[in-house]
Amino acid sequence: MSAPRVIVIGGGLGGLWATLAIAEAGHSVMLFSLFEVMRSHSACAQGGINAVLDMKGQRDSVQQHIIDTIKGGSYLANQPPIQSMCEDAPGLIRTFERMGVTFSRTPEGLLDQRLFGGVRHKRTCFAGASTGQQLLYGVDQQVRRLETEGQVEKQEWWEFLSIVKDADGVCRGIVAMDLRSLEVRAFRADAVVLASGGLGQIYAPKTTCSTNSTGAAASRVYQQGARFANAEFFQFHPTAMLGEDKTRLMTEAARGEGGRVWVPKDPNDRREPIRIPESERFYFLEDWYPTYGNTVPRDIASRAIWKVTRELGLGVGAVGEHGAGKRGAGQRGAEEGSAGESRDRVYLDLTHLDRGFVSTRLGAILSIYRKFAGVDPLDAPMEIFPAAHYAMGGLWVDYEKDATTGGMKPGSPRNHATSIPGLYACGECDYAYHGANRLGANSLLSASYSGRVAGEAVASYLSGLEQGADAVPAALFEAETARQSGINERLTKASGDQNPFRLHRELGDLMTTKVGVVRDNAELDAALSGLREIEQRFERLDLGESSRWANQSLAHARQVLDMLKLAQVMAASARARDECRGAHFKPAFDLAIPEGKFPGDPEFETYRERWKANNAEWLKTTVAEHHPDGPRIGFEPVDLGLLSPEQPRDYR
Amino acid sequence: MQAETRSNAARINEPFAAAAKLTPDHGRETGASRTPDRADVGSRTVELRIRRQDGPTAAPYWQSFRLEARPGANIVSLLMDLREHCVTASGEPVDPVAFEHNCMEEVCGACAMLINGVPRPACSALIADLETPIRLEPLPKFPVVRDLMVDRAQLFAQLKRVKAWIRIDGAWDNHERAPRISPQDWAANYLYSRCMSCGCCLAACPQFGPEQAFVGPASLAQVRLMNAHPTGRHDKAERLHAIMADGGLSDCGNAQNCVRVCPKKIPLTTAIGELGRQTTVQALKDLFGGR
Repeated sequence: MSAPRVIVIGGGLGGLWATLAIAEAGHSVMLFSLFEVMRSHSACAQGGINAVLDMKGQRDSVQQHIIDTIKGGSYLANQPPIQSMCEDAPGLIRTFERMGVTFSRTPEGLLDQRLFGGVRHKRTCFAGASTGQQLLYGVDQQVRRLETEGQVEKQEWWEFLSIVKDADGVCRGIVAMDLRSLEVRAFRADAVVLASGGLGQIYAPKTTCSTNSTGAAASRVYQQGARFANAEFFQFHPTAMLGEDKTRLMTEAARGEGGRVWVPKDPNDRREPIRIPESERFYFLEDWYPTYGNTVPRDIASRAIWKVTRELGLGVGAVGEHGAGKRGAGQRGAEEGSAGESRDRVYLDLTHLDRGFVSTRLGAILSIYRKFAGVDPLDAPMEIFPAAHYAMGGLWVDYEKDATTGGMKPGSPRNHATSIPGLYACGECDYAYHGANRLGANSLLSASYSGRVAGEAVASYLSGLEQGADAVPAALFEAETARQSGINERLTKASGDQNPFRLHRELGDLMTTKVGVVRDNAELDAALSGLREIEQRFERLDLGESSRWANQSLAHARQVLDMLKLAQVMAASARARDECRGAHFKPAFDLAIPEGKFPGDPEFETYRERWKANNAEWLKTTVAEHHPDGPRIGFEPVDLGLLSPEQPRDYR
Repeated sequence: MQAETRSNAARINEPFAAAAKLTPDHGRETGASRTPDRADVGSRTVELRIRRQDGPTAAPYWQSFRLEARPGANIVSLLMDLREHCVTASGEPVDPVAFEHNCMEEVCGACAMLINGVPRPACSALIADLETPIRLEPLPKFPVVRDLMVDRAQLFAQLKRVKAWIRIDGAWDNHERAPRISPQDWAANYLYSRCMSCGCCLAACPQFGPEQAFVGPASLAQVRLMNAHPTGRHDKAERLHAIMADGGLSDCGNAQNCVRVCPKKIPLTTAIGELGRQTTVQALKDLFGGR
């Protein structure tokens, strides 16, 4: 067996951390990216990264970080990986700091920390409001150094199309497409790490995700047999600003630093928000959740905004403001803009805070809001609404539990292994850490941590590998290359009337309206048939582009087709789960906490019993497997070894 | 369609647009000039004139398109609209315009291009603020891949040349933290760590180009950043030597275009000034010994 070679797909935080870990174990890495490495969506993360350093004298503890993460995810995540992630978080921060990441500082020159959602302690390290960008650049610089040392070879402008499996079903390489020459080529590898990020583009344009966060790569390995878990759990970030082309994130740190969410008490109040007196404002999060206030977890905040705008009719944002222009003569006027849409927003207010403080701590989002909305959040409240943000679900990955610690066994080749031998997954494309709802600032942590763990696991896997990819017959690679080239040919030659970009928009509209913040089984059935209908229309594709060089329509059409497959997994998984848990909210099955009742009250205890009975039925991981007719949905138990579900989530 | 008469090389080497033109609308960042309600803007038809090129060696040509720009529209959103229905102003169906974009909130650096003669990210270039017809061209100084896509490999090669990283023992936790950094030093460093390698400063720099060896302002700013880090300081001499060689710091002609076009307002010329002092000290050290 020649020197092992590993392929990493994706140059965001997860992929770069995996690359570092594999290269440091002495193996060479080929790093595939759709674009220049450093432009990945990790750069968009703003608010921070969680690690218990207890810089603020609040007696924060790793144990509390673990509990917050478990409960934030409604107990749905396996607990050993959460335990290990939280335990390793301080060490990750130390390593980032050594890399030169410009974390914000206290007057003593130490790491500053701030408050985030679903948490009572200041636990979030940050670099202004561009933390993801800073962390990404930190590892990007290290990988660039390894590149100069010959340890890492970058394949930029290549799109992953499929894995190549040997006769035993072991992953032995990939087939990828050069996005310039459109060449389809096979690459042998002894192990493959998928770090392809999230899938928010399935909700485009009402998503905070970058346009390359399509989920297509994860969908491709799912269609090749990798299991996909908890697909119904998708996070809608409560505070995003409306835009025609995308919804731009306004970090949760805005609330962590003291920002307040409100609407006018009188829905007909048309005064400028700054002129509405305090007594005529409804601070609904503070009112409904006095303990956590504006920093309730995201699923709770998004549903509260939904309730205020959709049920109570108290939303702001009148026709005539910039967001409402879509009812004009634009090409999209016909299908967009239901009557209520323009009043879906609520205020996120920073104007009561010290201007210098806000500028230092949140400068990056102030700049985004000024540039894209033309309003300075220091002078007027921002108008925000929930938007598709983060996939808690993803490729199913394994772990080995350490019997002595209860966490993940360090260096086990099982950690972050998908259900296909030799294929690993890390970062947002896996499902491992966040259960039914992710806590803010836990994603930069899980992306970094899981990348490193996956890299270490690959190193162990390689040391136990008896036969390398070199021994695999060339015919297997040639066959898969031919299959992928055939798909390109078919799409290029199709001569119908369906534009791939328009099909993508229809997909986004369908998912936004039918598989969104609030779900209903009839709507989910309609979503499933709608998705199949869009998929069928691919038979009548018109690529609209004939170029054989850098043909972006071809790459996009392939992505949309794979997004449709993944969207079906999401809808089918949501259909199968008849309960409310975290981000998955089906009102028909809601077990609401009795209002004004707390532990000890008979009504609350009755509720607790019902909640436990519901857990007995539904506290299980959803696992989808690909089948030509559609996804097969099954369930598997969750490891609750650390914290058994005795306490319902309660942020009041 | 209008034939392109100048060659790409001529375009690259032509004296860059007057400094006054090189200022994208940074004024809007203050927010003061804009009222919150843009109802008056409304949806309007705009003309895009796009400099196209089918491949790296193909001849460039111009095409015009007329599009509905909804309020709040930006260049990226218009180009996205164009993908669905790419017909020129004269009614000819053509291949969609190739362009790069990703984050659409000015943090990934992908979508930089020349907009009305100014290098800037296309996502934050709002139509309402642009003179029409709007001219779109690929970012100059870099080889064109297709249409508005360019190859910025040169930029990343320069980052390698100046060793723009902190040399650590390894990306494992050794239970040590980096030394303390004062909030004042942090604030100065943070300005530079936000560089997203979009290439606008290089596009605007008269000294940077395919025929010139100049390392360019983006990488110089990273030298400034890395040299300021308590650990990065260990390799300070090496980085300074890299920029004291041919095509280094002394090739800067002080045109100050870079700092005018930087979408992140990174004080590039301040960095260059600081490095001038650092290299002077380094030259003396080299002469008289010591590090």
